[in-house]
Amino acid sequence: MIQDLVICLLFIAYALAVLPGLGTVLTWVERKQAAIMADRIGANRCYVRLPFTDYKMVWMGLFHGLADGLKMIVKEDWKPKVHDDFAYMIAPWVTFAPVLLVFAVIPFGGTFTPGEMLSAFPSIAQWFGDKSYPLQIAPLNAGLLIVFAFSGITVIGAMLAGWSSSNKFSLLGGLRAGSQMISYELVMGLTVLGLILVYGSVDLVEIVHKQSGTVLGFLPAWGVVYQPFAAILFLTAAMAENRRIPFDLPEAESELICGYFTEYSAMKMGLFMFAEFIEIAIVSALFVTLFLGGYNLPFMTDTGFKLPSGRVIEMSAGGILLLQMLVFLAKVFLLCSFQILIRWTLPRFRYDQLLRFAWRFLFPLAMVNLTVTAAVAWVLQ
Amino acid sequence: MTTPATTERTTARAASHQRPQYWNAPRMSWYESFYLFEVLRGLYITGAVFTRNMWKWCTGRKGALTAYYPEEIRADYAAHNRGKHVLTQREDGSPQCVACNLCATVCPAKVIEIEAALDPHDPIHPKYPASFAIDYSRCIFCGLCVEACPEDAIRMVKEVPALPGEDRDTMWLAREELLTWSPRRDVEKPYPPRGSSRQQDAA
Repeated sequence: MIQDLVICLLFIAYALAVLPGLGTVLTWVERKQAAIMADRIGANRCYVRLPFTDYKMVWMGLFHGLADGLKMIVKEDWKPKVHDDFAYMIAPWVTFAPVLLVFAVIPFGGTFTPGEMLSAFPSIAQWFGDKSYPLQIAPLNAGLLIVFAFSGITVIGAMLAGWSSSNKFSLLGGLRAGSQMISYELVMGLTVLGLILVYGSVDLVEIVHKQSGTVLGFLPAWGVVYQPFAAILFLTAAMAENRRIPFDLPEAESELICGYFTEYSAMKMGLFMFAEFIEIAIVSALFVTLFLGGYNLPFMTDTGFKLPSGRVIEMSAGGILLLQMLVFLAKVFLLCSFQILIRWTLPRFRYDQLLRFAWRFLFPLAMVNLTVTAAVAWVLQ
Repeated sequence: MTTPATTERTTARAASHQRPQYWNAPRMSWYESFYLFEVLRGLYITGAVFTRNMWKWCTGRKGALTAYYPEEIRADYAAHNRGKHVLTQREDGSPQCVACNLCATVCPAKVIEIEAALDPHDPIHPKYPASFAIDYSRCIFCGLCVEACPEDAIRMVKEVPALPGEDRDTMWLAREELLTWSPRRDVEKPYPPRGSSRQQDAA
């Protein structure tokens, strides 16, 4: 029992290190990638000077994110006169916390068997016995439902912020956030339903395991192969959930100043921004888990590689676990970069276009996708 | 009974209930209005630029059109760019300037400060600038000083002054810094100019 707790705390520490770390790095990636896409150099002035020397570590502007964080922490936390202090105070946290919680059910590696992998330390290995843990903070069989439950909470934070700020722009931003997220949540749910039909499970570990085989003998059995339309629809809807350009209507600068967090300053505003960046990582992690084979490379299982030619490459359990964790991080990072590419390529929708896009375009497509998937699944049964 | 004017107004009102028609409304084929393909095309363009520039950066070249200012000097200043001022020199290295103050007078931003002094050992040019300073925090680089100078003593070169600073008091260039350009070593802009009577005198 105590062993489970230790492992769980270890996983939580990993998640708390990786997610905010990735969020901070993504601010740098966003700046640099946008600059390189636009033939610019990008942020490159911030540095950390080594103490007692004149050596300035610039590191291609990597410290700009730290400077942002420091600035937001030491800035004056100005608070307007609002009619509901409690809602105003709690709104950034209601947005921020569920974003982290979603990661609880996402598997970020294969199975961890301490008794086998830590055989170099006999006392620890013995203490764990023959227990095995999937690399997932909360091994729940309702995984996908938990994801939707938590990601649905973030909109409450946005609406609370918009409502409690006593500001017209904030209120409009909150309303927009509410309508937009409800519309796109629906599309997201429908696309994922097709996936659940294919895999027959909502447990994310189970879904990743199902993706480690092959289709037609050579294609990896990834969700994106089974459900290509669902993958596109899901990514679109997930980016809309994320409220970034081209879907950043709730905080459209040219119309609403800063939308629902207009009246927030210092670290409260920083929490909204940080939640946004972590949500990029979360969306990527979800997409990777559902459509891109999770932590596995093509033809990879928990024991090694099983190539379509029939060759089997065995690997040690510890080695494959490490590889899986790295693969997961690499996939998530690449997908984050792709989302940033989209963000710096497409122009913002108009508000009516945004909702029309959800209800008249994505929603019917998701329905068609689901119907076809259901029909095919029924025929094959 | 309706007059033509009221009919016009009512039809206008009726039309306002409909979606307005714009003369420049975009005409898109189904392919374009399907959005996804055009999105992919846009992503291809930006992604290609990103990949190209990233490849340049990774292979040790510069993948940007902008310059690191002020560490990097742009190579593409035009030859006639009015960058910073230089004072031309005589053969012995003393400034050509006779401290007549014409440039300081014509300067619209009043950035040139000249302090004249007497040189008894040079009877042809007894007056010379003891100090000649330009305040680049106010200079508008109009080039009128160059036009005004009767002695061709002040010129502008294409390089910009490397003067970014946090204090405007540090943005002055004094006589010694302005005298760095020696026309004898410059084949592009010789002094005296080629074919001039002065050059014949020198020869």
